[in-house]
Amino acid sequence: MATIRQLKRRIQSVKNTAKITNALQLVAASKMRRAQDRAEQSRPYAQKLRVVLAGLASQSGEDQDAARHPLLVSRPVNNIAVLHITPDRGLCGGLNANMNRSAGTFVAMQHEPVQVVAVGKKGRDFFVRAHVHLAAEFTDLGDYPSQADTLGIARLIIDDYLAGKVDRVYVSFPEFVSTATQRPAIRQLLPIEPPAPVDGVDEAQFADYIFEPSPDVVLAGLLPRYIEMQIYEAILQNAASFQSAQMVAMKNATDNAQDITRELTLTYNKARQEQITKELLDIVGGAAALEG
Amino acid sequence: MPLTVELVTAERVVRVEQGVDVLVVPGSEGQMAILPHHAALMTTLDPGELVMRRAGQEDAFAVTGGFLEVRNDRVTVLADAAEPFEEIDATRAEAARARAEERLRLYREGRAGDVDVARAAAALQRSLMRLRIVQRRRRPGPPRV
Repeated sequence: MATIRQLKRRIQSVKNTAKITNALQLVAASKMRRAQDRAEQSRPYAQKLRVVLAGLASQSGEDQDAARHPLLVSRPVNNIAVLHITPDRGLCGGLNANMNRSAGTFVAMQHEPVQVVAVGKKGRDFFVRAHVHLAAEFTDLGDYPSQADTLGIARLIIDDYLAGKVDRVYVSFPEFVSTATQRPAIRQLLPIEPPAPVDGVDEAQFADYIFEPSPDVVLAGLLPRYIEMQIYEAILQNAASFQSAQMVAMKNATDNAQDITRELTLTYNKARQEQITKELLDIVGGAAALEG
Repeated sequence: MPLTVELVTAERVVRVEQGVDVLVVPGSEGQMAILPHHAALMTTLDPGELVMRRAGQEDAFAVTGGFLEVRNDRVTVLADAAEPFEEIDATRAEAARARAEERLRLYREGRAGDVDVARAAAALQRSLMRLRIVQRRRRPGPPRV
Protein backbone atom coordinates (compact mmCIF):
# COMPACT_ATOMS: atom_id res chain seq x y z
CA MET A 1 0.00 0.00 0.00
CA ALA A 2 1.09 3.52 -0.81
CA THR A 3 2.52 5.53 1.96
CA ILE A 4 0.76 8.64 3.21
CA ARG A 5 3.38 10.86 1.67
CA GLN A 6 3.00 9.16 -1.73
CA LEU A 7 -0.76 9.55 -1.57
CA LYS A 8 -0.43 13.22 -0.80
CA ARG A 9 1.84 13.74 -3.76
CA ARG A 10 -0.51 11.87 -6.09
CA ILE A 11 -3.49 13.96 -5.02
CA GLN A 12 -1.61 17.15 -5.75
CA SER A 13 -0.52 15.86 -9.13
CA VAL A 14 -4.04 14.87 -10.15
CA LYS A 15 -5.34 18.23 -8.99
CA ASN A 16 -2.78 20.00 -11.15
CA THR A 17 -3.80 17.95 -14.16
CA ALA A 18 -7.43 18.84 -13.52
CA LYS A 19 -6.52 22.51 -13.49
CA ILE A 20 -4.92 22.24 -16.92
CA THR A 21 -7.72 20.21 -18.49
CA ASN A 22 -10.26 22.60 -17.02
CA ALA A 23 -8.46 25.59 -18.53
CA LEU A 24 -8.27 23.85 -21.90
CA GLN A 25 -11.96 23.06 -21.68
CA LEU A 26 -12.84 26.71 -21.16
CA VAL A 27 -10.59 27.85 -23.99
CA ALA A 28 -12.07 25.24 -26.34
CA ALA A 29 -15.60 26.25 -25.37
CA SER A 30 -15.05 29.86 -26.28
CA LYS A 31 -13.21 29.00 -29.49
CA MET A 32 -15.96 26.58 -30.39
CA ARG A 33 -18.56 29.30 -30.12
CA ARG A 34 -16.58 31.49 -32.47
CA ALA A 35 -15.91 28.67 -34.90
CA GLN A 36 -19.60 27.78 -34.98
CA ASP A 37 -20.43 31.40 -35.51
CA ARG A 38 -18.23 31.53 -38.57
CA ALA A 39 -19.86 28.42 -39.96
CA GLU A 40 -23.21 30.09 -39.38
CA GLN A 41 -22.13 33.24 -41.21
CA SER A 42 -21.12 31.33 -44.30
CA ARG A 43 -24.43 29.55 -44.61
CA PRO A 44 -26.48 32.12 -46.56
CA TYR A 45 -23.85 32.28 -49.30
CA ALA A 46 -23.62 28.50 -49.49
CA GLN A 47 -27.36 28.05 -49.59
CA LYS A 48 -27.87 30.60 -52.33
CA LEU A 49 -25.06 29.15 -54.41
CA ARG A 50 -26.60 25.69 -54.13
CA VAL A 51 -30.04 26.88 -55.20
CA VAL A 52 -28.70 28.79 -58.18
CA LEU A 53 -26.42 25.97 -59.25
CA ALA A 54 -29.14 23.35 -58.94
CA GLY A 55 -31.41 25.43 -61.14
CA LEU A 56 -28.75 26.29 -63.68
CA ALA A 57 -27.21 22.88 -64.02
CA SER A 58 -30.53 21.13 -64.51
CA GLN A 59 -31.16 23.55 -67.33
CA SER A 60 -27.96 23.72 -69.27
CA GLY A 61 -26.92 20.09 -68.84
CA GLU A 62 -29.09 17.34 -70.17
CA ASP A 63 -29.62 17.92 -73.85
CA GLN A 64 -26.12 18.96 -74.92
CA ASP A 65 -23.76 16.61 -73.15
CA ALA A 66 -20.78 17.50 -75.30
CA ALA A 67 -20.93 21.16 -74.46
CA ARG A 68 -21.03 20.64 -70.70
CA HIS A 69 -18.54 22.31 -68.49
CA PRO A 70 -15.46 20.12 -67.78
CA LEU A 71 -16.06 20.30 -64.02
CA LEU A 72 -19.42 18.61 -64.56
CA VAL A 73 -18.28 15.88 -66.93
CA SER A 74 -17.73 12.47 -65.43
CA ARG A 75 -14.89 10.62 -67.17
CA PRO A 76 -13.39 7.14 -66.79
CA VAL A 77 -11.64 6.95 -63.44
CA ASN A 78 -7.91 6.21 -63.55
CA ASN A 79 -6.74 8.24 -60.58
CA ILE A 80 -8.46 9.37 -57.43
CA ALA A 81 -7.65 12.18 -55.06
CA VAL A 82 -8.88 12.45 -51.49
CA LEU A 83 -8.82 15.79 -49.73
CA HIS A 84 -8.43 14.72 -46.12
CA ILE A 85 -9.26 17.47 -43.65
CA THR A 86 -8.31 16.99 -39.99
CA PRO A 87 -7.26 19.11 -37.03
CA ASP A 88 -3.63 20.04 -36.46
CA ARG A 89 -3.65 19.07 -32.81
CA GLY A 90 -4.81 16.28 -30.58
CA LEU A 91 -6.38 16.20 -27.10
CA CYS A 92 -9.76 15.95 -28.73
CA GLY A 93 -10.90 12.46 -27.84
CA GLY A 94 -11.38 10.01 -30.66
CA LEU A 95 -11.88 12.61 -33.38
CA ASN A 96 -8.55 12.18 -35.13
CA ALA A 97 -8.57 8.42 -34.80
CA ASN A 98 -12.09 8.22 -36.23
CA MET A 99 -11.21 10.55 -39.10
CA ASN A 100 -8.11 8.62 -40.04
CA ARG A 101 -9.81 5.27 -39.77
CA SER A 102 -12.66 6.39 -41.99
CA ALA A 103 -10.38 7.90 -44.64
CA GLY A 104 -7.88 5.06 -44.40
CA THR A 105 -10.57 2.45 -45.00
CA PHE A 106 -11.96 4.49 -47.87
CA VAL A 107 -8.57 4.79 -49.54
CA ALA A 108 -7.85 1.09 -49.07
CA MET A 109 -11.17 0.19 -50.72
CA GLN A 110 -10.44 2.00 -53.99
CA HIS A 111 -9.25 -0.02 -56.96
CA GLU A 112 -7.54 2.92 -58.63
CA PRO A 113 -4.38 4.65 -57.41
CA VAL A 114 -5.18 7.22 -54.77
CA GLN A 115 -3.32 10.36 -53.86
CA VAL A 116 -4.08 12.33 -50.74
CA VAL A 117 -4.13 16.06 -50.23
CA ALA A 118 -3.87 16.52 -46.48
CA VAL A 119 -5.17 19.52 -44.60
CA GLY A 120 -4.11 19.35 -40.96
CA LYS A 121 -1.17 17.62 -39.33
CA LYS A 122 -3.03 14.69 -37.83
CA GLY A 123 -4.30 13.43 -41.17
CA ARG A 124 -1.00 14.13 -42.88
CA ASP A 125 0.97 12.15 -40.31
CA PHE A 126 -1.45 9.27 -40.62
CA PHE A 127 -1.05 8.94 -44.38
CA VAL A 128 2.71 9.42 -44.17
CA ARG A 129 2.83 6.49 -41.76
CA ALA A 130 0.54 4.47 -44.03
CA HIS A 131 2.82 5.15 -47.02
CA VAL A 132 0.06 6.63 -49.13
CA HIS A 133 1.13 9.11 -51.80
CA LEU A 134 0.69 12.65 -50.49
CA ALA A 135 0.20 15.11 -53.33
CA ALA A 136 0.18 18.16 -51.09
CA GLU A 137 -0.26 19.20 -47.51
CA PHE A 138 -1.65 22.29 -45.88
CA THR A 139 -1.16 22.78 -42.16
CA ASP A 140 -1.40 25.50 -39.55
CA LEU A 141 -4.52 27.12 -40.92
CA GLY A 142 -5.24 28.34 -37.40
CA ASP A 143 -8.35 28.19 -35.27
CA TYR A 144 -10.37 30.43 -37.55
CA PRO A 145 -9.30 29.84 -41.14
CA SER A 146 -10.31 32.60 -43.53
CA GLN A 147 -11.68 31.89 -46.96
CA ALA A 148 -8.51 33.31 -48.49
CA ASP A 149 -6.53 30.59 -46.70
CA THR A 150 -8.59 27.91 -48.38
CA LEU A 151 -8.59 29.27 -51.93
CA GLY A 152 -5.15 27.84 -52.67
CA ILE A 153 -6.41 24.37 -51.77
CA ALA A 154 -9.37 24.71 -54.10
CA ARG A 155 -7.09 26.01 -56.82
CA LEU A 156 -4.81 22.99 -56.53
CA ILE A 157 -7.69 20.53 -56.62
CA ILE A 158 -9.36 22.15 -59.62
CA ASP A 159 -6.09 22.49 -61.54
CA ASP A 160 -5.19 18.84 -60.97
CA TYR A 161 -8.62 17.79 -62.10
CA LEU A 162 -8.64 19.93 -65.22
CA ALA A 163 -5.11 18.79 -66.08
CA GLY A 164 -6.35 15.19 -65.98
CA LYS A 165 -4.05 14.16 -63.13
CA VAL A 166 -7.05 12.91 -61.21
CA ASP A 167 -10.47 11.93 -62.46
CA ARG A 168 -12.41 11.94 -59.26
CA VAL A 169 -11.96 13.91 -56.07
CA TYR A 170 -13.44 13.20 -52.67
CA VAL A 171 -13.35 15.29 -49.55
CA SER A 172 -13.13 13.68 -46.11
CA PHE A 173 -13.87 15.91 -43.14
CA PRO A 174 -15.37 15.73 -39.63
CA GLU A 175 -18.97 16.73 -40.10
CA PHE A 176 -20.19 18.89 -37.26
CA VAL A 177 -23.49 17.37 -36.16
CA SER A 178 -23.66 18.84 -32.69
CA THR A 179 -21.37 19.73 -29.84
CA ALA A 180 -21.45 16.13 -28.71
CA THR A 181 -21.34 14.46 -32.13
CA GLN A 182 -18.89 14.78 -35.00
CA ARG A 183 -19.12 12.26 -37.78
CA PRO A 184 -16.43 11.44 -40.33
CA ALA A 185 -17.97 12.31 -43.70
CA ILE A 186 -16.77 11.56 -47.22
CA ARG A 187 -18.32 13.41 -50.15
CA GLN A 188 -17.57 13.61 -53.82
CA LEU A 189 -16.19 16.97 -54.89
CA LEU A 190 -15.40 16.41 -58.56
CA PRO A 191 -16.89 15.93 -61.02
CA ILE A 192 -19.53 18.18 -59.57
CA GLU A 193 -22.82 16.51 -58.96
CA PRO A 194 -25.20 19.43 -59.00
CA PRO A 195 -27.01 19.76 -55.70
CA ALA A 196 -30.48 18.29 -55.65
CA PRO A 197 -33.15 20.90 -56.22
CA VAL A 198 -34.15 22.45 -52.95
CA ASP A 199 -37.69 22.06 -51.74
CA GLY A 200 -39.94 24.92 -52.56
CA VAL A 201 -37.73 26.19 -55.35
CA ASP A 202 -39.13 25.93 -58.80
CA GLU A 203 -36.61 24.26 -61.05
CA ALA A 204 -37.86 26.05 -64.11
CA GLN A 205 -37.56 29.41 -62.43
CA PHE A 206 -34.33 30.07 -64.26
CA ALA A 207 -35.94 29.60 -67.64
CA ASP A 208 -37.10 33.19 -67.87
CA TYR A 209 -33.91 34.74 -66.52
CA ILE A 210 -31.82 37.25 -68.39
CA PHE A 211 -28.23 36.06 -68.26
CA GLU A 212 -25.37 38.44 -68.64
CA PRO A 213 -23.10 37.73 -70.41
CA SER A 214 -24.63 34.24 -71.02
CA PRO A 215 -25.81 31.22 -69.03
CA ASP A 216 -22.62 29.33 -69.86
CA VAL A 217 -20.36 32.13 -68.63
CA VAL A 218 -22.36 32.45 -65.42
CA LEU A 219 -22.21 28.69 -64.90
CA ALA A 220 -18.48 28.59 -65.63
CA GLY A 221 -18.00 31.24 -62.96
CA LEU A 222 -20.23 29.51 -60.44
CA LEU A 223 -18.71 26.04 -60.63
CA PRO A 224 -15.22 26.81 -59.28
CA ARG A 225 -16.81 28.90 -56.57
CA TYR A 226 -18.99 25.97 -55.63
CA ILE A 227 -15.86 23.89 -55.10
CA GLU A 228 -14.23 26.70 -53.14
CA MET A 229 -17.31 27.05 -51.02
CA GLN A 230 -17.53 23.31 -50.27
CA ILE A 231 -13.88 23.17 -49.25
CA TYR A 232 -14.22 26.29 -47.12
CA GLU A 233 -17.32 24.85 -45.46
CA ALA A 234 -15.57 21.54 -44.75
CA ILE A 235 -12.64 23.38 -43.21
CA LEU A 236 -14.95 25.47 -41.05
CA GLN A 237 -16.70 22.33 -39.88
CA ASN A 238 -13.34 20.80 -39.11
CA ALA A 239 -12.50 23.78 -36.91
CA ALA A 240 -15.85 23.67 -35.11
CA SER A 241 -15.65 19.88 -34.71
CA PHE A 242 -12.15 20.03 -33.29
CA GLN A 243 -13.02 22.65 -30.70
CA SER A 244 -16.16 20.89 -29.52
CA ALA A 245 -14.46 17.49 -29.44
CA GLN A 246 -11.67 19.02 -27.42
CA MET A 247 -14.11 20.71 -25.09
CA VAL A 248 -15.96 17.44 -24.44
CA ALA A 249 -12.73 15.46 -24.06
CA MET A 250 -11.34 17.97 -21.60
CA LYS A 251 -14.58 18.06 -19.64
CA ASN A 252 -14.41 14.28 -19.28
CA ALA A 253 -10.78 14.51 -18.25
CA THR A 254 -11.59 17.12 -15.61
CA ASP A 255 -14.46 15.02 -14.28
CA ASN A 256 -12.28 11.94 -14.13
CA ALA A 257 -9.54 13.83 -12.35
CA GLN A 258 -12.04 15.01 -9.77
CA ASP A 259 -13.28 11.45 -9.23
CA ILE A 260 -9.74 10.24 -8.72
CA THR A 261 -9.02 13.10 -6.33
CA ARG A 262 -12.05 12.15 -4.29
CA GLU A 263 -11.05 8.49 -4.08
CA LEU A 264 -7.46 9.28 -3.27
CA THR A 265 -8.45 11.74 -0.58
CA LEU A 266 -10.61 9.06 1.00
CA THR A 267 -7.76 6.58 0.95
CA TYR A 268 -5.42 9.22 2.32
CA ASN A 269 -7.73 10.07 5.23
CA LYS A 270 -8.20 6.41 6.06
CA ALA A 271 -4.47 5.83 6.09
CA ARG A 272 -3.94 8.88 8.23
CA GLN A 273 -6.62 7.78 10.68
CA GLU A 274 -5.08 4.34 10.86
CA GLN A 275 -1.69 5.71 11.67
CA ILE A 276 -3.04 7.93 14.42
CA THR A 277 -4.88 4.99 15.89
CA LYS A 278 -1.74 2.91 15.73
CA GLU A 279 0.28 5.62 17.47
CA LEU A 280 -2.36 5.98 20.15
CA LEU A 281 -2.33 2.26 20.77
CA ASP A 282 1.44 2.35 21.07
CA ILE A 283 1.27 5.15 23.61
CA VAL A 284 -1.48 3.47 25.57
CA GLY A 285 0.35 0.14 25.46
CA GLY A 286 3.61 1.80 26.58
CA ALA A 287 1.90 3.58 29.46
CA ALA A 288 0.19 0.33 30.56
CA ALA A 289 3.52 -1.48 30.50
CA LEU A 290 5.13 1.16 32.71
CA GLU A 291 2.30 1.11 35.21
CA GLY A 292 2.23 -2.71 35.32
CA MET B 1 -42.22 48.08 -53.88
CA PRO B 2 -38.60 48.91 -53.12
CA LEU B 3 -35.83 46.37 -53.36
CA THR B 4 -34.58 44.02 -50.69
CA VAL B 5 -30.85 43.60 -51.09
CA GLU B 6 -28.70 40.88 -49.55
CA LEU B 7 -24.97 41.29 -49.89
CA VAL B 8 -23.21 38.10 -48.81
CA THR B 9 -19.76 36.59 -49.11
CA ALA B 10 -18.56 33.11 -48.27
CA GLU B 11 -17.29 34.44 -44.96
CA ARG B 12 -20.10 36.62 -43.73
CA VAL B 13 -23.35 38.39 -44.39
CA VAL B 14 -22.11 41.86 -45.21
CA ARG B 15 -25.43 43.67 -45.32
CA VAL B 16 -29.12 42.97 -45.63
CA GLU B 17 -31.07 46.07 -46.52
CA GLN B 18 -34.74 46.60 -47.15
CA GLY B 19 -36.36 49.53 -48.86
CA VAL B 20 -33.57 50.13 -51.35
CA ASP B 21 -34.71 52.44 -54.17
CA VAL B 22 -31.73 52.09 -56.48
CA LEU B 23 -28.91 49.58 -56.54
CA VAL B 24 -25.88 50.39 -58.65
CA VAL B 25 -23.58 47.46 -59.38
CA PRO B 26 -20.42 46.85 -61.41
CA GLY B 27 -21.80 44.27 -63.86
CA SER B 28 -19.32 42.48 -66.06
CA GLU B 29 -21.05 44.00 -69.09
CA GLY B 30 -20.82 47.47 -67.61
CA GLN B 31 -22.14 49.38 -64.64
CA MET B 32 -25.86 49.12 -64.17
CA ALA B 33 -28.56 50.45 -61.93
CA ILE B 34 -31.28 48.13 -60.72
CA LEU B 35 -34.65 49.63 -59.97
CA PRO B 36 -37.73 48.02 -58.47
CA HIS B 37 -39.67 45.73 -60.83
CA HIS B 38 -36.53 44.65 -62.62
CA ALA B 39 -36.82 41.54 -64.76
CA ALA B 40 -35.30 38.33 -63.38
CA LEU B 41 -31.59 38.62 -63.97
CA MET B 42 -28.46 36.66 -63.29
CA THR B 43 -25.14 38.29 -64.02
CA THR B 44 -21.46 38.17 -63.14
CA LEU B 45 -19.85 41.14 -61.43
CA ASP B 46 -16.50 42.80 -61.96
CA PRO B 47 -14.48 44.43 -59.20
CA GLY B 48 -16.01 47.79 -58.47
CA GLU B 49 -18.29 49.89 -56.37
CA LEU B 50 -21.74 48.80 -55.30
CA VAL B 51 -24.11 51.51 -54.08
CA MET B 52 -27.41 51.12 -52.27
CA ARG B 53 -29.58 54.21 -52.25
CA ARG B 54 -32.65 54.58 -50.10
CA ALA B 55 -34.54 57.54 -48.71
CA GLY B 56 -31.77 60.03 -49.35
CA GLN B 57 -29.20 57.76 -47.79
CA GLU B 58 -26.38 56.11 -49.63
CA ASP B 59 -24.27 53.11 -48.69
CA ALA B 60 -21.22 52.26 -50.76
CA PHE B 61 -19.37 48.94 -50.82
CA ALA B 62 -16.29 47.66 -52.57
CA VAL B 63 -16.84 44.28 -54.18
CA THR B 64 -14.17 42.24 -55.92
CA GLY B 65 -16.41 40.35 -58.29
CA GLY B 66 -19.06 37.70 -57.90
CA PHE B 67 -22.65 37.18 -58.97
CA LEU B 68 -25.90 39.01 -58.76
CA GLU B 69 -29.38 37.66 -58.92
CA VAL B 70 -32.54 39.70 -59.19
CA ARG B 71 -35.93 38.12 -58.78
CA ASN B 72 -39.20 39.58 -57.59
CA ASP B 73 -37.54 42.68 -56.18
CA ARG B 74 -35.17 40.54 -54.16
CA VAL B 75 -31.54 41.07 -55.04
CA THR B 76 -28.88 38.66 -53.88
CA VAL B 77 -25.25 39.58 -54.38
CA LEU B 78 -22.85 36.66 -53.98
CA ALA B 79 -19.60 38.57 -53.73
CA ASP B 80 -16.12 37.04 -53.66
CA ALA B 81 -15.21 39.71 -51.13
CA ALA B 82 -17.09 42.82 -50.11
CA GLU B 83 -16.66 45.54 -47.54
CA PRO B 84 -18.49 48.74 -46.67
CA PHE B 85 -16.51 51.67 -47.98
CA GLU B 86 -15.91 52.88 -44.40
CA GLU B 87 -13.94 49.69 -43.80
CA ILE B 88 -11.67 50.01 -46.81
CA ASP B 89 -8.08 50.14 -45.71
CA ALA B 90 -6.52 52.69 -48.03
CA THR B 91 -2.99 51.98 -46.81
CA ARG B 92 -3.39 48.30 -47.50
CA ALA B 93 -4.89 48.93 -50.91
CA GLU B 94 -2.02 51.27 -51.73
CA ALA B 95 0.50 48.62 -50.69
CA ALA B 96 -1.31 46.01 -52.78
CA ARG B 97 -1.26 48.36 -55.77
CA ALA B 98 2.47 48.96 -55.43
CA ARG B 99 3.11 45.23 -55.11
CA ALA B 100 1.02 44.35 -58.15
CA GLU B 101 2.62 47.06 -60.27
CA GLU B 102 6.05 45.88 -59.27
CA ARG B 103 5.21 42.34 -60.31
CA LEU B 104 3.84 43.46 -63.65
CA ARG B 105 6.90 45.63 -64.26
CA LEU B 106 9.20 42.69 -63.56
CA TYR B 107 7.21 40.61 -65.98
CA ARG B 108 7.34 43.24 -68.73
CA GLU B 109 11.08 43.45 -68.36
CA GLY B 110 11.21 39.71 -68.65
CA ARG B 111 13.03 39.40 -65.36
CA ALA B 112 10.65 37.16 -63.52
CA GLY B 113 9.34 34.09 -65.24
CA ASP B 114 7.30 32.89 -62.29
CA VAL B 115 5.04 35.93 -62.03
CA ASP B 116 1.41 35.00 -62.37
CA VAL B 117 0.37 37.80 -64.70
CA ALA B 118 -3.34 37.19 -64.50
CA ARG B 119 -3.23 37.23 -60.72
CA ALA B 120 -1.11 40.35 -60.55
CA ALA B 121 -3.37 42.12 -63.02
CA ALA B 122 -6.44 41.11 -61.02
CA ALA B 123 -4.81 42.29 -57.80
CA LEU B 124 -3.96 45.60 -59.45
CA GLN B 125 -7.53 46.00 -60.61
CA ARG B 126 -8.89 45.30 -57.12
CA SER B 127 -6.52 47.70 -55.38
CA LEU B 128 -7.17 50.47 -57.89
CA MET B 129 -10.89 49.96 -57.45
CA ARG B 130 -10.63 50.32 -53.67
CA LEU B 131 -8.45 53.40 -53.96
CA ARG B 132 -10.82 54.99 -56.47
CA ILE B 133 -13.78 54.47 -54.17
CA VAL B 134 -11.91 55.91 -51.21
CA GLN B 135 -10.78 58.95 -53.17
CA ARG B 136 -14.19 59.72 -54.55
CA ARG B 137 -16.06 59.17 -51.31
CA ARG B 138 -13.74 61.02 -49.01
CA ARG B 139 -13.65 64.17 -51.10
CA PRO B 140 -15.80 66.97 -49.69
CA GLY B 141 -18.93 67.84 -51.64
CA PRO B 142 -21.99 65.87 -52.60
CA PRO B 143 -21.26 62.23 -53.34
CA ARG B 144 -21.48 61.22 -56.95
CA VAL B 145 -22.02 57.77 -58.31
